[in-house]
Amino acid sequence: MAYGSLPMTETSNRPSSPPDGTPGRGPVLAARDIGKRFGDVEVLNGVSFQAAPGEVVGLIGPNGAGKTTLLSILAGIEAPDGGRVESGGGVGWVPQQAALYRRLTVRENLLLFARLQRSGRPDERVVEMLELTGLGDRMNDQVGKLSGGNQQRVNIAIGLMADPSVLLLDEPSVGLDPAQRARLWRFVLDLVDRGTAVVFSTHDIQEAERYAGRIVVLTEGLEIFDGTADELREAVVTGAADSGPGERDLETSFLAYLDKDGR
Amino acid sequence: MRWLLLKDLQILRRSPLQLALLVVYPIAIALLVGFALTRGPEQSTVALYSAMPADARLGFGGEQLDAAEIRDQLCSRVDCIDADSRDQARGLVEDGTATAAVIIPEDLGEKIASLASLNPQRPQVEVIVNGSSAVENEIVDDRIDAMVAEANLLIARRISEAAHRYLDLILEGGQLSLVGQDFEVLGLRDTEAILRALRDQVPAGADRRQLERAIRFAVLATQNLDLAGPLLTAITQPIAVDKTEVGDSAPSLDTFAIAVTASFALMFVTVLLVAGSLALEREENAFGRLTAGLVSRGQILAAKLGLGTVVGFAVLFILLAGLSLFVPIQWSRAPVWIAAGLFAAAAFAAAGAALGAATREIRAATLAAVMIALPVALLSLVPDDAVGSLLEKVIEVVTAVFPFRPALDALTGGLEVSGGSVWLYLLHLAALTAAYALLARAALRRF
Repeated sequence: MAYGSLPMTETSNRPSSPPDGTPGRGPVLAARDIGKRFGDVEVLNGVSFQAAPGEVVGLIGPNGAGKTTLLSILAGIEAPDGGRVESGGGVGWVPQQAALYRRLTVRENLLLFARLQRSGRPDERVVEMLELTGLGDRMNDQVGKLSGGNQQRVNIAIGLMADPSVLLLDEPSVGLDPAQRARLWRFVLDLVDRGTAVVFSTHDIQEAERYAGRIVVLTEGLEIFDGTADELREAVVTGAADSGPGERDLETSFLAYLDKDGR
Repeated sequence: MRWLLLKDLQILRRSPLQLALLVVYPIAIALLVGFALTRGPEQSTVALYSAMPADARLGFGGEQLDAAEIRDQLCSRVDCIDADSRDQARGLVEDGTATAAVIIPEDLGEKIASLASLNPQRPQVEVIVNGSSAVENEIVDDRIDAMVAEANLLIARRISEAAHRYLDLILEGGQLSLVGQDFEVLGLRDTEAILRALRDQVPAGADRRQLERAIRFAVLATQNLDLAGPLLTAITQPIAVDKTEVGDSAPSLDTFAIAVTASFALMFVTVLLVAGSLALEREENAFGRLTAGLVSRGQILAAKLGLGTVVGFAVLFILLAGLSLFVPIQWSRAPVWIAAGLFAAAAFAAAGAALGAATREIRAATLAAVMIALPVALLSLVPDDAVGSLLEKVIEVVTAVFPFRPALDALTGGLEVSGGSVWLYLLHLAALTAAYALLARAALRRF
């Protein structure tokens, strides 16, 4: 298969850490040959990838590809039918829908999960999280009264409560406007700069291209690509074959690539 | 688990409407039931028009009964409004002031008096009811039947008393006044005595045999008329009631009403609260996050049972405290009814958790809770002998697998001053708590 290239349409913000992790540091999360069935439907079939500290991995694919199921297995919510998950530290889980108690305040939500995490100093941990999220001035507001973006920040803060080495985000920017999305990613990339590995799923290929150091493409439970955005672009353009670089954006070419591959 | 319970209480506190309902509901129920228990039964109002002259006296067999006495008897079980005419009585029924009217005709006295004559005429009163309400008509019919039965009984007793006096006169002798003249009645016993005295003076022969026949008749008549008295009493009131209570004594109506009220309040509050609260965990997307290594499903379930037990018992306590303003609550038996309340609340909480876990969303959980809990609770109130044996068995089984019946029995036993042991009911509730908790735990696997 030959690979071409497409022009970058947006400035990439993705960290520059290599696919195999920061040199000298092993992966903090590894999925090995993960399989999962729901009844007769095979949702995941032999998916393998790993994430290194400070790396951002984007999971993309059409609806029903198995992205959320894979993240649920990585988070320990679902058990795989085959394969195994290895993690070098705690895994923080941020579900797609904000998993928060809307009638509780920001502080009460954070305190509850700090206590449930058996944090030795829950009050101090809450203060740290409030500083991290920049929601200190809203800490006594009920979560239900916050904007979607701020709710997502609290949602992520709870996922970070146990100071995990890997943060799993299931479509974190769904429902957010562009400004909220940008603020959210600034917040996430700050965490990445501190060494947290981030694995996120998204339908937005441009979001994956912009923020992910590595992209894993799933379709119908199969992992069909694992590489950098540039490598994906080359694969997409070459795979689509009927167009040259620069003639299509990445998303259009990616769809053509999937169509050609019979997906 | 305590943090989960604390969180649920915080959420409850943040919902002013829900919190107000939890406080206001038992107080409102306590006030309603308390007033109902202290007010006593409402009597029907009946318009009464008597066309008989006010000074008329009813006489039969020498017995006198005045119109006021009949009126008092008629009005012993209803509130009577005196009307001046038949039309006025009818008007009182038509405008709803009275539920019925009773018209006593002018010739009622004569007809009652004729009962003791050779040409008896049936006395008759007229009843007017408002035909617009079938249910009310049913009640009024019962009340009027009872009124007439009371009046008939009074008259029958008076006739019986008069007959008794006649019998005494025939047996013992005495004075009889008839059409303004007094007559001396000899009496059977004196007749027998006179005949026996004469027999000794009559020589043996045909006359003496005739005399002895007359003595035997007098003896036989005396003996038989002696039996006539009790027979007359039996005719007046043919069936006497000899009531014997066996088994456990029934609780007082007040206690039963309080226990029913408390059980209903406890059931609704606890089942709905726990079912909704568990479903909320899913709707808030928190369940997955909680079970992703933070707490187990069992701990979440335990927290919900704790929430239901604490809040349910608090509501029960407020309700009973409110009711104690109207009717006496047996505080000396507080340990018993507190245990009953806690066990019942736990069982209702477990049932609510099973419903919440099975339905997985608040609206469905609420609907299911009402649709299941209410009919089963109402079935629990059906008396054992009110239905056929097969249906009775079915009801027994259905009500045994839901906490309402054992909760009602335990609370009744705890609140009754002479209540017996409630251990069996507490065991029943504990078994139901365990069973429903297991069902809820199983349902949480696919929550």
